[in-house]
Amino acid sequence: MSTATAALAATGQEAALRGRKRPRRSSGRAAGTAWAMLAPAAVLMLVFLIVPIILTLSLAFTDARLISPRPAEFIGLANFTRLFGSSAFWHSLLNTMIFAVVIVPVQSACALGLAVLVNAKVRGTNFFRTVYFLPVVTSMVVVSMLWMFMYQQNGLINALLAKVGITGPDWLNDPNTALFAIILMSAWQAMGFHMVIWLSGLQTISADLYEAASLDGAGGWQKFVHVTWPGLRQTRTFILITITIAAFSLFTQIQIMTQGGPLDSTSTLVFLAVRTGFAQQQTGYASAMSLVFFVLVLAVSLVQRYLTRDKEVTR
Amino acid sequence: MSEPLAHVADDTAAVPAADAAHSGRKPWLKGLVMALRIALCLVFGLPLVFLIVSSFKPDNEIFADLGTVNAFLPVGSISLDNYSGVFDRVPFATFMMNSVLISVVTVAAGLVVNSMAAFALSRMEFAGQKIVLGVILATLIVPFETMALPLLWWVNQLPYFDGSIGWLDSYEVQIIPFIANAFSIYLFYQYFDSIPKELDEAAKVDGAGWFRIYRSIVMPLSGPAVATVAILTFLPAWNSYLWPLMVTQSESIRPAMVGMDYFKQMSGSSGTAWGQIMAYASMITVPVLVLFIAFQRAFINSIASSGVKG
Repeated sequence: MSTATAALAATGQEAALRGRKRPRRSSGRAAGTAWAMLAPAAVLMLVFLIVPIILTLSLAFTDARLISPRPAEFIGLANFTRLFGSSAFWHSLLNTMIFAVVIVPVQSACALGLAVLVNAKVRGTNFFRTVYFLPVVTSMVVVSMLWMFMYQQNGLINALLAKVGITGPDWLNDPNTALFAIILMSAWQAMGFHMVIWLSGLQTISADLYEAASLDGAGGWQKFVHVTWPGLRQTRTFILITITIAAFSLFTQIQIMTQGGPLDSTSTLVFLAVRTGFAQQQTGYASAMSLVFFVLVLAVSLVQRYLTRDKEVTR
Repeated sequence: MSEPLAHVADDTAAVPAADAAHSGRKPWLKGLVMALRIALCLVFGLPLVFLIVSSFKPDNEIFADLGTVNAFLPVGSISLDNYSGVFDRVPFATFMMNSVLISVVTVAAGLVVNSMAAFALSRMEFAGQKIVLGVILATLIVPFETMALPLLWWVNQLPYFDGSIGWLDSYEVQIIPFIANAFSIYLFYQYFDSIPKELDEAAKVDGAGWFRIYRSIVMPLSGPAVATVAILTFLPAWNSYLWPLMVTQSESIRPAMVGMDYFKQMSGSSGTAWGQIMAYASMITVPVLVLFIAFQRAFINSIASSGVKG
């Protein structure tokens, strides 16, 4: 969830900054207290967030190893040359892209559907909302093990498919279905999270707008297109960015279910980086992968933000 | 910034006309929509029912029941054998205590550290404030996974408290890097901004210092923000997997999520011990599910406010 919530910068940042008056210089003592209260968080963030970010940028150009008696040496672009010449990297990049391109629209659309279903004054709404949300509070480690069992050749899903006369594949051991199986499971796990976010967006839309639309004779679909959808613009940006970042960060499912296989068909950027930087201890090379990953996240966030920007000039 | 925290868990807040499917004109459509809701309940709920039910069955019966509705019912040779098997295989109590310790300390320390920082940023005035806030918010875009490997290298170079070098294989390395959290600061910041600043002025007239205002006025008014931050930092701490996988070697400090790996590695001649896996998975899941159901409203509202625009 830490990654899922990371996209706030895109939606909340300016608003937070805009709403702030330019600070007047205040008495030295108050400023001292302010810095003292800020200090614990500031120091921790400096050491465990800012420095690692800078390290990602710099270690990528060195031959640093996780455990090594000699200091890291600058080796220029050698890590990147090696990376761009590696088929494992291109496979992983492609898989990461496919995962994101499929899961972003599917998961956000289904989550919106769920939100609309539970955003009604019907008996039991709270119950439904709770059940749809259950997978979100189940850890991805548990979900991965459970679905690994369900996806077996003789597992639960194929047993159910057999009931309707379909012979299911060996989901996770077939290069054609493994990534798809992981996408399906990941969407199942996280959908409730985005349902709640859509729901909070739906509830910011004034009921008056729906009434006005009804008076104008709008039907359900027209109301959705002309009232609901435009009213969800902010929520949409937030959801698109959070799902995309979470998709790019795909790791746990791969580590537990497939280890990148079969035939690299489920290897992802983060999985490859962990294998390189942790198992093989090549920190420099793994940092180069992390840097590519970071640039990718940044680029996608900027593009999405541009595409979903304010169309009209506001005030 | 109108509502700093969302309240989607209130049924009364539902917008009645949001979906026309519920307009009374088409009762068949209404029935269809309800059927869909129930079908989706099965989709999201049944796998978890299957998990818990299977944890009480011997392996051969788990497989035998698959094609029937029995897969979701506690029938057959129900026993606690899988559970006792788990305790024989792994130091379960140690893993569990480690997870509790790591998450509780991360959350508790995070609440103090992040709320203090947000207080300074929101209610006090000092030079450089805007820059600090901007930097904190800018870091929100960086997923942990992008810097996990450089961070691993970095904590391995850091001087440890006893003077040796390297933080690996300790509780500290699993807790301290995750205490300060830009998102928590942002949530507190947003909430504090909605509390009238006149309160501070009044307290100052009465001679209260800034820290006193933080502790005795602003924090007591910020219950919902505390609950939100606690929940949003507890879940990732409890579920954390990648980081402890890399930084822990000793069983004595491993958290429960990494403990799951033991069952994957031990699929010996008798095949994977699925019953035990289900038992282990149930034991690390059910406490969180119970917490969620008990504090359901707070959970859902906290997730909702993570998406509310500031």
